[in-house]
Amino acid sequence: MEFFVQLIITGTVIGSIYALLALGFTLIYKATDVVNFAQGELLMVGAYVCLHLTVSYNVPFWASFLITLVFSFTMGFFIEKVFLRRMIGEPIISIIMLTIGLSSVMKAVVQIFWGTDTRTYPQVFSQEPFMIASLSISRVYIYSIAAVAVFLILFSIFFKKSKVGVAMRAVASDQQAALSMGIDVKKIFALSWGIAAVVSSVGGIFLGNINGINTTLSHFGLKVFPVVILGGLDSIVGAIVGGLIIGILENLAGGYIDPLIGGGAKEIFPYVVMIAVLMIKPYGLFGTKAVEKV
Amino acid sequence: MSYVNCGNFKTSYEKDAELFQTRLSKFLIYAFVTALFAVPFFLGDYLLYVMNLIFIAVIGAVGLNILTGFTGLISLGQGAFMGVGAYAAGYLSLTYGLPFFLAIPAAGLVTAVFGAFFGIPSLRLKGLYLSIATLAAQFIIEFGFIRLEFITGGVTGLSIDYASFLGHEIDSDFSFYFLALVLCIIMTLAGVNMMRTRAGRAFLSIRDNYIAAEAMGINLFRYKLISFAVSSFYAGVAGSLWAYYTTIITPENFTIGVSIQYLSMIIIGGLGSILGSIFGAVFIVILPEVLQSFSDWAGGYYPNLTQIIGSIKEGVFGLVIILFLMFEPEGMVRRWRLIKAYWKLWPFSY
Repeated sequence: MEFFVQLIITGTVIGSIYALLALGFTLIYKATDVVNFAQGELLMVGAYVCLHLTVSYNVPFWASFLITLVFSFTMGFFIEKVFLRRMIGEPIISIIMLTIGLSSVMKAVVQIFWGTDTRTYPQVFSQEPFMIASLSISRVYIYSIAAVAVFLILFSIFFKKSKVGVAMRAVASDQQAALSMGIDVKKIFALSWGIAAVVSSVGGIFLGNINGINTTLSHFGLKVFPVVILGGLDSIVGAIVGGLIIGILENLAGGYIDPLIGGGAKEIFPYVVMIAVLMIKPYGLFGTKAVEKV
Repeated sequence: MSYVNCGNFKTSYEKDAELFQTRLSKFLIYAFVTALFAVPFFLGDYLLYVMNLIFIAVIGAVGLNILTGFTGLISLGQGAFMGVGAYAAGYLSLTYGLPFFLAIPAAGLVTAVFGAFFGIPSLRLKGLYLSIATLAAQFIIEFGFIRLEFITGGVTGLSIDYASFLGHEIDSDFSFYFLALVLCIIMTLAGVNMMRTRAGRAFLSIRDNYIAAEAMGINLFRYKLISFAVSSFYAGVAGSLWAYYTTIITPENFTIGVSIQYLSMIIIGGLGSILGSIFGAVFIVILPEVLQSFSDWAGGYYPNLTQIIGSIKEGVFGLVIILFLMFEPEGMVRRWRLIKAYWKLWPFSY
């Protein structure tokens, strides 16, 4: 039983990071119709920048955290302006390949600057575990779940209440109508990339605090697909729910199936789930059904 | 006697569907193929090795272009399918002792069955969703390579014998060159010809407008599956060739990175063009080799360069894809057409 609860807790932590990543992915997909294969690299770059500031320049953690967010926002903003702007109206395969190209470039830049060894964050959160009944939970888990929850709530409010958030939703639902209502669609496009980069780097920073970072962090970007397919590609609620479900399922598979087949189930299980979802319910739990006309 | 006709002088459908439009182009292609058979006598081992890689890549790229370029179904699983071909060839030759000229087509067929199976979701899924489904196929098959140890040998992989033909072992770059070249020519010709058949035209119509295609009586499911099967057959042949070339089959040669390389070949070369697949394959195979030799040369001046060359290769690879998509989205084959069009009326272009 205790084993089960531990798995659920680790799953929730990883799942909440998946949820952040998927949130970024969904944002970009909703607003700009771009499928981003470089989401994991956005996460990785954020994690490395924050680490570099904290370790090499001795910036306090909270400050480097904030600087990283500003940096990520600027990076996302310019990626859209320089690369994606030209691709509007191109076929889907070109856009997929462009983001794949971006991901290789970003991975290469990170490797050239920081090498391929695993690096760990300095002790930011206290080592002493949290005790709930007989269960010990590491503190960084609690903080990361809390931070992710705060971010998700902030974004929900942002989309519901703020002017920019409403404008983003308008662009997502109908670009032409939004344009004719005086919304600056180009700005919204760039903004959604900026925000997506920010949420991903938050995920990256917490992940780095849990496991340390190396360039395999970018594999997280591919895990985002099971999440968004399960939740529905264009649904923000779906991204969050899907992230948690996939995170927990993955850990349960790792805990219970791995001993039977000798490892690897954790990596593969999300994709098996994804194939099943694609076959049964291709638009996911909360996604909008696309209606095709001739 | 020109390479391209200056106008449309065709009087029948047969003429329109001819493989060689003019006598000069026919002659040049024959000359080129003859030259290909002659060059290995003048090349060193390293260049032969590069050429062999190119031949294998051309087969794989033509296959992927049939699926992605001609039928419009994006696949991120080409690497895994090549792996299936390699393992199938390895298993068949190790367990049943099949000679290579039976094992390679058999591996192709096995891969075709795999491809058709993973193509089943294509009935319901399109575009983005299908590409994500093939991504899952890639990971699941990769997992199979590692876990199904009784077939694949797990992480250590399979080790097979060199192909032997009439008692002669194909164990050098030089002798392998001819095997690869012959297979490459057969597969490319088959690809070009396939596009002139009913199936090929059905692929094109599915790509251009699948609803109209269905309304005109094309069985979407059947032709999509055929496209997957044909494309995977190519991947299987390419994979089994790779297996006979390296004689060691390990899972890390068939990762998602390989799938991405093949996609970039057909994007850079030109989607929906056999010639484009060839251009793209040549380009993507040569690019890292050029970078490597550059780093070997510059490494004397900047010793740090040799440590990061792997990262630089990856970065340049990504950059090339981005630049092509931004500035020449139709690929190298469009440049080639422009060049041909320029010489069409030479020297009296006015």
